[in-house]
Amino acid sequence: MAHFPKPAEGSWTQHYPDLSTADASYEDSISPEHYELERKAIFGKTWLNVGRVEQLPKVGSYFTKEIDAARSSVIIVRNAEGIQAFHNVCRHRGNKLVWQDFPREETSGTARQFICKYHAWRYDLGGACTFVQQESEFFDLDKAKYSLADVRCEIWQGFIFINFDKDGTQSLVEYLGPLAAGLEGYPWGEMTAVYKYKSDIGANWKLFIDAFAEFYHAPVLHSRQATAEESRKLQQYGFEALSYQIEGPHSMVSSWGGMSPPKDPRMVKPIERELRTGLFGPWDKPFDIELPPALNPARHKAWGVDSFVFFPNFMILVWEPGWYLTYHYWPTAVNRHTFEAALYFAPAKNATDRLRQELAAATFKEYGLQDANTLEATQSMLESRAVSEFPLNDQEILLRHLHQTARAFCAEYVKTTPGAKPSPALV
Amino acid sequence: MAKLPADFADLEPFTDWCLAAEDDRFAKRYGSNMDEMQTFYDAVFPRMQDALAYLDKFDLDDLPEDAYNLLLLYYSLCTISFPVEAWRQPRVPDAGAAHISNVLAPAV
Repeated sequence: MAHFPKPAEGSWTQHYPDLSTADASYEDSISPEHYELERKAIFGKTWLNVGRVEQLPKVGSYFTKEIDAARSSVIIVRNAEGIQAFHNVCRHRGNKLVWQDFPREETSGTARQFICKYHAWRYDLGGACTFVQQESEFFDLDKAKYSLADVRCEIWQGFIFINFDKDGTQSLVEYLGPLAAGLEGYPWGEMTAVYKYKSDIGANWKLFIDAFAEFYHAPVLHSRQATAEESRKLQQYGFEALSYQIEGPHSMVSSWGGMSPPKDPRMVKPIERELRTGLFGPWDKPFDIELPPALNPARHKAWGVDSFVFFPNFMILVWEPGWYLTYHYWPTAVNRHTFEAALYFAPAKNATDRLRQELAAATFKEYGLQDANTLEATQSMLESRAVSEFPLNDQEILLRHLHQTARAFCAEYVKTTPGAKPSPALV
Repeated sequence: MAKLPADFADLEPFTDWCLAAEDDRFAKRYGSNMDEMQTFYDAVFPRMQDALAYLDKFDLDDLPEDAYNLLLLYYSLCTISFPVEAWRQPRVPDAGAAHISNVLAPAV
């Protein structure tokens, strides 16, 4: 029996006519040829979120970002003009320009200029080459021609995005579309107490998005997080979303909460009761927040969290008690990716606030570890190809949409790129 | 030499849980048995409201060292709350070799 209303078509999936209800193939998550296509067609062409403006507080602040899927490293820097991105490559002989100790590790800091470790070529914060060691040994070298190669970089609501497609013309705001427009005005910039986590995951990048884009698994995989009685109830009840929205390549699921605070304190663990916090974050809002229209689209009183999937690999979760979380999934191989999570809270006013955030972050990690390990189990069994077609239910609509969108980007790339061949996942 | 404020002298036996990095707290949990964590939990949990009342008098950015240690003790309580209250084992069930590293946290 449905607890929450569905669209007139009878299901969320059928409400979107481009989505089928047939069993789905997961060849797109195990085919090395398909991964090669995804690298170029998706990670080489779309807007990728690399961080937030608070990471670059003043002129000269910079951080580097390794994007293995694009075989690139990028420097993101604040200069007098604003925030810009450059390929992290010295124009002399291709050494990586900015790194500390380990060339493959990301770094951050503040600089007046960038100096290559190899031959001391220098670049100002705007990427212009300002010094060449033994310049007279070169042959009519014009430094003006050897600026750092720039990468398109635009900002939405304080989120910094880059795009490796030099010839692309679509702006970030146009790409993010109406779902993002509906999130504008949320007080992102005021949530500056940040907890970041990183993990190397032995699964295709889309499989972890799958895990976070459906809550069908939550009452089962995470059953022991709740008290025994509550867990039985949750599993019997199952999961139904309040709403699903799909706009172009992006999507969102709106979910009920009810645990912050719970109706009955016995529903949650003793430390949560004692501290008034938990998976949904501290129960008391840091300040009044007026919800922009994309949040809680069903305007349901039981609303708990909205999860937005911004294609390809960026998720924002906004929680009813007034904080947000981001996920990034950076592929490193067909069956590996680097997972990043960041929890953003309003700065703690006192130790009680801070401890509440600590427990919310600790709780996130307990759930995340279960999810992460399950993925490796899924990847290895998909790779066995013992089974190749899988049924997806209506609460898994965002997975269907994600994989279909990713395949469509690859198909378009094959169609428009001379010499590109379709992968086994496209035929 | 006492690590904690005098009001919390009863918690001194547990100051090896005063660890500044989340990864270190988590590693200590994975390296402890349930008896050790239960003993720690039973000692610090009942003092949580006293500890917060004490700590809330200070500016978070200007905590004396003993108060900071007390706060760290309660971060560790968060770290071990799942084993004690839910899992009944130090490890996250079904988490296998999965590892999630904390790479940034607020300064205090």
